[in-house]
Amino acid sequence: MKIVVDFDKCTSNAVCMGIAPEVFEVREDNFLYILQEEPPESLRPKMEEAVRMCPTQAISIEG
Amino acid sequence: MKSIVVVGASLAGLRAVETLRREGFEGRLTLVGAEAHLPYDRPPLSKELLAGEWEHDQVVLRRVPYDDLDLEFRLGVAATSLDVAARRVSLAGGTELEFDGLVIATGSTPRTLPGQPALDGVFTLRTIDDCHAIRERLDAGARVCVIGAGFIGAEVAATCRKRGLDVTVLEALPQPMVRGVGMVLGEVLARLHRNRGVDLRCGVTLESIEGHGRVEHVRLADGERVECDVLLVAVGVGPETRWLESSGLVLDNGVVCDETLLAAPGVVAAGDVARWPNPAFDGEVMRVEHWTNAAEQGVYVGGRLLHDDGDGPPEPFAPVPFVWSDQYDVKIQIAGRFSGQDRMEVVHGSLDDERFVTIFERGGRISGVLGFSEPRRVMQYRRMIAERASFEAALEFAAAAAG
Repeated sequence: MKIVVDFDKCTSNAVCMGIAPEVFEVREDNFLYILQEEPPESLRPKMEEAVRMCPTQAISIEG
Repeated sequence: MKSIVVVGASLAGLRAVETLRREGFEGRLTLVGAEAHLPYDRPPLSKELLAGEWEHDQVVLRRVPYDDLDLEFRLGVAATSLDVAARRVSLAGGTELEFDGLVIATGSTPRTLPGQPALDGVFTLRTIDDCHAIRERLDAGARVCVIGAGFIGAEVAATCRKRGLDVTVLEALPQPMVRGVGMVLGEVLARLHRNRGVDLRCGVTLESIEGHGRVEHVRLADGERVECDVLLVAVGVGPETRWLESSGLVLDNGVVCDETLLAAPGVVAAGDVARWPNPAFDGEVMRVEHWTNAAEQGVYVGGRLLHDDGDGPPEPFAPVPFVWSDQYDVKIQIAGRFSGQDRMEVVHGSLDDERFVTIFERGGRISGVLGFSEPRRVMQYRRMIAERASFEAALEFAAAAAG
């Protein structure tokens, strides 16, 4: 599973960070950083939730 | 359960049908929508789409094919009534749909002003068709007057300024959103717009909207006239429950639900129409008109309809509500529950800087957070609200974070 963020769409609402801070981090500079591009399978439900809840539909999962 | 009807083809309805299929519902699934369009995203209607930066294909809500969902679409046709006892929804044109399970996700409808005249150039903004109609006028260089300085009015004003258009915002209350955020933050919101050239007038009373065939000006109680080509009435929305009046459901500023969003056996509500007691706030009964709520409730009710009572009682729907509003280069974010009456503390930054965080206290706990361009912090406090942290703990966290 690979996490892909479309940074043209991302506006750093940080909703994903609220759902999975171990994968998504919005820092002081207000940019989103992906902490694990290939998170373990056990995180799939959280990753799918992050995809659904992203206000700008900027997140997708490959694989 | 053999057949489920979802009435409302926007965010909540879409998330509901997606969840139903993901969780294994294989029966007949019908999605009814009053608008002719496939589900699309509304937040850009006051921003990127209105600005002319985006087109319709950039606001579709589902970017993968619909085939997997195996839906029966009924788009461009409104539901007109519901008979809960007979398990039947009636549609405009006379079609009737029978169901075992029903999702009510009809959203909300903009309020209008009492005696609002039917003049050309007077708009509300809810649908993509509204957006395109207003955008056409903006393209032609319209002078814009907005009534109401809530999120929609403020975002449209910001979009107009970005387009270099003159815009006047008329607000009846002494500051924008003063009931929700209080006078101090209301002043901050007012300054945000005035600093960027919006003619924002608060505490004004509207006398009349005048014109011959098309709107020409708004007259205020003090005799002042505001000339305009476009008048946007942005004075809030009401839940779209008119079609439910004879349904037998309890309606009271929305569809009254239990803490699992159930309105009647096999009938759930999601999005702007749903009113429910939220256990995360001691059972406070709320109706939330925001994007995230519609998405979360859509997902939740899909699972709720399929819940097998043999598995014990379902988990209640207990979120910390969240909303954002992008205005100019500022991202305003709000989470939790608070009003202008609650104790507020600025915990990061300064109200003069357009980058800050304020938190709110109710009953000794942190109940809400409002940030300007501080998404990381807002999410941290949203989590504390969900964990029912004390206000003191939140202040200590703030002090530690500030180093």
